[in-house]
Amino acid sequence: MPLFDRKDKSRYATFTRRSLMMSGGVGVVFAILGGRLYQLQIQEGQEYRARSEENRVSERLVAPPRGRIFDRFGVELANNRRNFRVLLTREQLPNGVKPALDTISRIIYLSDRQRERVLRDVAANKAFVPVIVAENLSWDDFARINLHLPYLTGIQPDVGETRAYPFGDELVHILGYVAAVSQQEEQADSDPLLGLPGFRIGKRGIEKEFDTELRGKAGVDRIEVNAYGRNIRELSHETAAPGADIYLTIDNDLQRFTAQRLAGESAAGVVMDVTTGDVLALASTPGFDPNLFNIGISNAQWRELMGDDHKPLLNKAIAGTYPPGSTFKTAMAVAAVDNDMADFAVNCSGSIRLGNHVFYCDAWRIGGHGHVNLTRGIQVSCDIFFYEVARRLGIDKMGASARALGLGAPTGIELPGERSGLIPTRAWKLARFGVPWQQGETLVNGIGQGYMLATPIQLCMLAARIATGKAVVPRITHDIGIRRSPHPAHAPLPFSDKAFTMVREGMRLAVNQPGGTAFGSRITQPGMEMAGKTGTAQVRRITKEERATGIKSNASLPWNLREHALFIAFAPVEAPRYAASIVLEHGGNAHLEPQVQFARDILLYAQTRDPLKMQTAYPINAASLPTNSG
Amino acid sequence: MIARPYAAARRTLSISEKLLDVNWGLVLIIAIIASVGFAMLYSVAGGHFSPWANKQILRFIIGLVMLVGCAMVDIRVWMQVAYPAYAFSLLLLIATTIAGHVGLGAKRWIELGPIELQPSELMKISLILALARYLHGLGVEDVSKPFRLLIPLAMIGIPAALVLSQPNLGTATIIVADGVSLLFLAGLSWWWILPAFGAVAAAVPIGWQFLHDYQRRRVLTFLNPQLDAMGAGWNISQAEIAMGSGGLAGKGFLNGTQSQLNFLPEANTDFAWTAIGEEFGFLGCTMLLLLFAIVIFYGVRIAVASRSQFARLLALGLTLNFFFYIMINGMMVTGLIPVVGIPMPLISYGGTAMLVVMFGFGLLMSCHVHRQVEIPRGSGSII
Repeated sequence: MPLFDRKDKSRYATFTRRSLMMSGGVGVVFAILGGRLYQLQIQEGQEYRARSEENRVSERLVAPPRGRIFDRFGVELANNRRNFRVLLTREQLPNGVKPALDTISRIIYLSDRQRERVLRDVAANKAFVPVIVAENLSWDDFARINLHLPYLTGIQPDVGETRAYPFGDELVHILGYVAAVSQQEEQADSDPLLGLPGFRIGKRGIEKEFDTELRGKAGVDRIEVNAYGRNIRELSHETAAPGADIYLTIDNDLQRFTAQRLAGESAAGVVMDVTTGDVLALASTPGFDPNLFNIGISNAQWRELMGDDHKPLLNKAIAGTYPPGSTFKTAMAVAAVDNDMADFAVNCSGSIRLGNHVFYCDAWRIGGHGHVNLTRGIQVSCDIFFYEVARRLGIDKMGASARALGLGAPTGIELPGERSGLIPTRAWKLARFGVPWQQGETLVNGIGQGYMLATPIQLCMLAARIATGKAVVPRITHDIGIRRSPHPAHAPLPFSDKAFTMVREGMRLAVNQPGGTAFGSRITQPGMEMAGKTGTAQVRRITKEERATGIKSNASLPWNLREHALFIAFAPVEAPRYAASIVLEHGGNAHLEPQVQFARDILLYAQTRDPLKMQTAYPINAASLPTNSG
Repeated sequence: MIARPYAAARRTLSISEKLLDVNWGLVLIIAIIASVGFAMLYSVAGGHFSPWANKQILRFIIGLVMLVGCAMVDIRVWMQVAYPAYAFSLLLLIATTIAGHVGLGAKRWIELGPIELQPSELMKISLILALARYLHGLGVEDVSKPFRLLIPLAMIGIPAALVLSQPNLGTATIIVADGVSLLFLAGLSWWWILPAFGAVAAAVPIGWQFLHDYQRRRVLTFLNPQLDAMGAGWNISQAEIAMGSGGLAGKGFLNGTQSQLNFLPEANTDFAWTAIGEEFGFLGCTMLLLLFAIVIFYGVRIAVASRSQFARLLALGLTLNFFFYIMINGMMVTGLIPVVGIPMPLISYGGTAMLVVMFGFGLLMSCHVHRQVEIPRGSGSII
């Protein structure tokens, strides 16, 4: 058999030819691979390098310690306390989550709700992510966990930080509180800190108003992670900048005294230093426990707060608006003197007639006050005198003076939710009701009823302005971090000294002269006497029939129909230093004047506090104070 | 010593002569490529020989001994064992399909005593052997005769279908590619080839129906990786990130973040080349491609230099088989084709693959050593 026949030759030639073709194909494929490598590694290399870095590096935010809040003497009103917690890490548990929870609940109390939450959190996280089992533990519970630790594999005690308010409901309306971030808040604020699990932001009060300052700046841990998110090592660390500490003008002792004095009532009380405008106390009762919102409020507790007719969630001192009642007569008196009515006097017979409507004075049963001039009008709170003043001034002049004294507009106190109150104008009434202004309304508004509305802080500012004759503006903070506010210089008000002198005299008589409306509750300590003006705000209409048959006494009415009792005051009379306002919701009592007693006690307390201490206002050098320990 | 059923060898070489005649240059290139693989496995394990590099080195040494051993065996003996080997592989493949273990959701493994074997890997070599033997007996014009063509088509089709049913699309593709390449090299008429390609193109939509869900998903995510960026698209996009982030010169040995931090899936097996791309960059990858090209060049040269049609077909068939691995794995890890689960030869971690590849090189080397052996066309034909 021949080794190479023609057929063999032809198929060898074919093989060689086709093997070269195949080699060419191989070459093409290698060229494609090389080209693809060029595209991936050379052309798009930078982009892929960036993406591999993104994969590898995880930036973790580090929450800064929240700034603390101090009173004017350096007492901590809001601080960060250690939060003792217990964590578990699923992958380290020898027998799974449920037996571990059983073991823990033999040591500390775990509610069914807590257990459910832990199981939910464990399911939602990777096995190596620690999950909080319980937090805000007492030291005893925490110590017990630590004692049993040798038998608790996979369970870690941990110390975190949580906001604490040592004085609870007595300061809640000033401080507010912090709570978990809501979805809308997270969308509205670009600060990445808000996305941190468990992060808290200020929801009310100072905590809300100065949230950005208190919050501080996030630190960043750059951590190398693997594909499963497990930490491999820390690449760099940028420490968090702690939030700024805030120093309030509040005197904590006076604040607590005020809050305790008003406890049990639905009331507001404000005390100011008239020389600086510093708010020393700003109380609104009842309050609530701010720590509830931080830890997590239950539905029942929330419903209770919402359903309470004493409105514990409302800061009545700045957001409660009340007819100022007779306290408004002080402003009317200023307006009268300013409009050349300093010597104006009336003969009060108990009532006056305007058109076909009769207006009464409190003293109508005893035949009126008789001859009443301006100071006496304030002292005995004669309505007839101020009806006549109102009729002569008209609503425009009354309103202008009231606004110059600070009513009808927010005082600008650094707290969220302040209301502006209301000083009505003709235009306002037309726009609001579509009816022109009536002269009778001028009279009613002249004694602080009708449309007039004011907040307790506005009334306190009114007292301070009358006491000084200057445009005192209340403020509640003096230092925010290292930013210090100097003592403000208050401009004189556009009224004559005589106007203020006369009104101050009327207010002095009202408290310190027999026949004065507040004489029964005057301060008797020499040198500490106060001057003031009472007020009553009706919350219902008194009908003609009732007036004929005898006005129902306040005590015989249901609580929510009783009059509000108001009082504004300053002390000491000779050299005013403190101004105060009290509003007692539905607390009117013509004989006892409880609101005056509250003001008396509070102003007395303010004055009897160590005068040396009072002179050392702002002794605190913010820079020398220890910063947050966190 | 050995039975010599075929005449016409010029003369029989002694063992020492054969050892001297082994193409040691090719062996060196293979060793270099394998060493790159060891380095990669060492790196992917975070700078440890355990658990992969040490085993891979051991397998390579066994493979090396096997390579030289196979090279010593006369080419005619290989021709003689071609059909039995094919029959044996086919039986194993059927056994796997029936009673195979479930690995990675697919029946691919069979336990043979202490070792786990992938019969589909063995089948590729056996098919090349058997086809080479069959085609050895056919002239150019015989190859294209329909009746003659039926047998090789069945030899290709049956294992391909079995492997596809495992399911293992990648290996089935390689089996078909190996077989068709041999038919082409044996001189199959273009009148068959071109219509066949047309038919395959037309059959793609029909074939789609028979694909497993995971295979369809792979194809779909390949076409649009963003479709499932955290699921099936993860492999592709992480592989591209690893490869691309290597840049020109790579992140450096042991510094690949994608592979070290487990972002790169299967960094030790199917995606090993990507890990090389990350740490050694474009230069490292093209260098490796160049080494592969040299191996293929050697293979083609051995094939063309062989005197017997069997050796020519066997040598080039094995070379192309090696090339198809590189092509499919290379394209798959760079995102040019869907992920089909084909390892990079000599680089990827895996026992069967390493031994089969080295066995293939042993046969190739036998072709080289016995290149002067002439085998008449008629001998060895079963028809």
